[in-house]
Amino acid sequence: MTMLEVKNLSVSYLTDEQVALNAVENVSFRLEPGRSLGIVGESGCGKTTIILALMRILPEAGRIVDGQVIFENRDLFQLSEAEMCKVRWGDISMVFQGAMNSLNPVRTVESQIVEALLRHKQVDTKRQARKRTAELLKKVGIAPERGKQYPHQYSGGMRQRAFIAMALSCNPKVLIADEPTTALDVMIQAQITQLLKKLQRELNLTLILVTHDLGVVAELCDDVLVMYGGKVAEYATSDTIYNAAKHPYTRRLLKAFPDIDNLDADLVSIPGVPPRLDDLPIGCRFSPRCNLCKDYCMRDQPRLVELEDSHYIACHMYSRK
Amino acid sequence: MVDQPLLRVENLFKYFPVSHSIIRGLIGKQAKVVHAVDNVGFTLKMGEILALVGESGSGKTTVGMNVLGLQVPTRGKVIFDGIDVAYWCQGRIGDSDYSDKNGLAKLSSRKQVLLLRRRAQMIFQDPYESLNPRQKIFDIVAEPLDIHGLSQSESDRKDKVRDALEICGLAPADHFWDRYPDGLSGGQRQRVVIAGALVLEPELLIADEPVSMLDVSIRAELLNLLMEIRNKRNISILYTTHDLATAGYFTDRMAVMYLGRIVELGPTREVLSNPRHPYTKSLVSVLPAPNPRRQRERVILSGEVPNPIDLPTGCRFHPRCPVSRDDCQKIDPDFVQVTAEHKAACLFVQ
Repeated sequence: MTMLEVKNLSVSYLTDEQVALNAVENVSFRLEPGRSLGIVGESGCGKTTIILALMRILPEAGRIVDGQVIFENRDLFQLSEAEMCKVRWGDISMVFQGAMNSLNPVRTVESQIVEALLRHKQVDTKRQARKRTAELLKKVGIAPERGKQYPHQYSGGMRQRAFIAMALSCNPKVLIADEPTTALDVMIQAQITQLLKKLQRELNLTLILVTHDLGVVAELCDDVLVMYGGKVAEYATSDTIYNAAKHPYTRRLLKAFPDIDNLDADLVSIPGVPPRLDDLPIGCRFSPRCNLCKDYCMRDQPRLVELEDSHYIACHMYSRK
Repeated sequence: MVDQPLLRVENLFKYFPVSHSIIRGLIGKQAKVVHAVDNVGFTLKMGEILALVGESGSGKTTVGMNVLGLQVPTRGKVIFDGIDVAYWCQGRIGDSDYSDKNGLAKLSSRKQVLLLRRRAQMIFQDPYESLNPRQKIFDIVAEPLDIHGLSQSESDRKDKVRDALEICGLAPADHFWDRYPDGLSGGQRQRVVIAGALVLEPELLIADEPVSMLDVSIRAELLNLLMEIRNKRNISILYTTHDLATAGYFTDRMAVMYLGRIVELGPTREVLSNPRHPYTKSLVSVLPAPNPRRQRERVILSGEVPNPIDLPTGCRFHPRCPVSRDDCQKIDPDFVQVTAEHKAACLFVQ
């Protein structure tokens, strides 16, 4: 059974001059219940846009050009706004980027979770909502008494935990976390990663993690989708990505990641910068930065091909046969 | 000169007063203080790169501020090239116990301060906020030259800016210098920041989390750039960060800080491969390994760094220490030498 499937998703943003810029092109992936997927890539590769489109919360300039999102046999793009509201938070919830700064500063943490519970009709009375809030806080490692406090009385790591508690309030089946550990100290990062791992196991959550931190993905995710310039570069199981990656971009991304078990290896950046949406290369999006680039790479876009069982790659080295 | 370190920090303390109520003052209670830096000492040789590693609130940035004379120590000394920075940064070298072989004390206060600024420069964390968006790249890099009166002529000024930009990988320089910061990527902006520091040919660079705001894919090239600058110009670099992994790549020695104090200090490779303080051990264990097949046994500390106002008794790490014993609550441990170069402050290092 498939829990969530994204098929051929394309999203564009309209500029002030009404020009459509393709931010995401033809992205597909599939998640079985209880599996976890990491979407990785540099800033601007479209990873957050995929998630916003999937939740139908794109900013005003964003347009879903094509594609389907199938969640439990329903196409989310065909639902009415009212139906979609039930799916959001109820079935699929999200921990936003910078979530620790997205709590309301003038209300207690408890009252914010109580509001989510009542609005989504998870409980009938305020009293039940408080009881459930206490359970949720305990689950994410916050002493329930501290629910009476305001966000500023929490540290960054605790606010992140509180937001995760809120995201879990309606027993979602899918949890999406956008850069959940970025901007946190190393030890707090480890704590949050450990918490997500524990919650995923206990609640059998289907997890989507959006991040540029390959370390967190290696620890938490079963599958990895590597994005570059709005397109899928490589998509495979974590084990394949980390040990047998084929795409030159994936391989170089891994080389740029510091690994203290292997300090003698050269730490090599990827030269150049990711492409701008208004100035995308004609051929392979990665061709201007690729050290293996051939003339046809600059001319033609590579197709996404399946190399072997569920290992997909978009690179001319493998698709020109 | 060769044997003398460029920078010597001796028993540095920096406390900040916490605002307290009049009533507390009337009933004679002591004002509380934040123990931001609490007895820190280290040296930095010419051309050496030292990493100062710790979580937020460990005091690493405060140490950097005191080294530059942007703050004056509560107690202790920062000696830069033989001169006490606390006096130097106020233009009062004459009042320090410096022997003044070079006649620096005769310079005006302003000249003394300028000289310190020229010789010790800082690179800040966020290249999106540390560049003036309304200044062209050329003017940003040339401004320090003008302030210090270091350019003899317009062509000399241009050459110096060109050199600085090109050393920092922005070549050809004239391709970049007419642009404004918003036309550059994050990595390029940080290169401009480094060029602005290097144009003065300083001897010491304080780099405060210089890559933490950048994508992982371009961090390496900036770290390689800092290493290259050190190799070419023999500059000393104090690199403050919470990221042990990047520090592991390019620093010579590493000092791990916890709650205002250095708990372990030694050659970088040795500290990472054979950490002796339980805090360092834990920090090393939680570093993400970029491979699902080699996940480490993690020692994740619970809670967070306690507040530096009411410090724990004894060893300040004991409330979070996974191996603490009764003695740790009573005894504040001294450094124990592990090897000649490597020391750790823990009762149970052996």
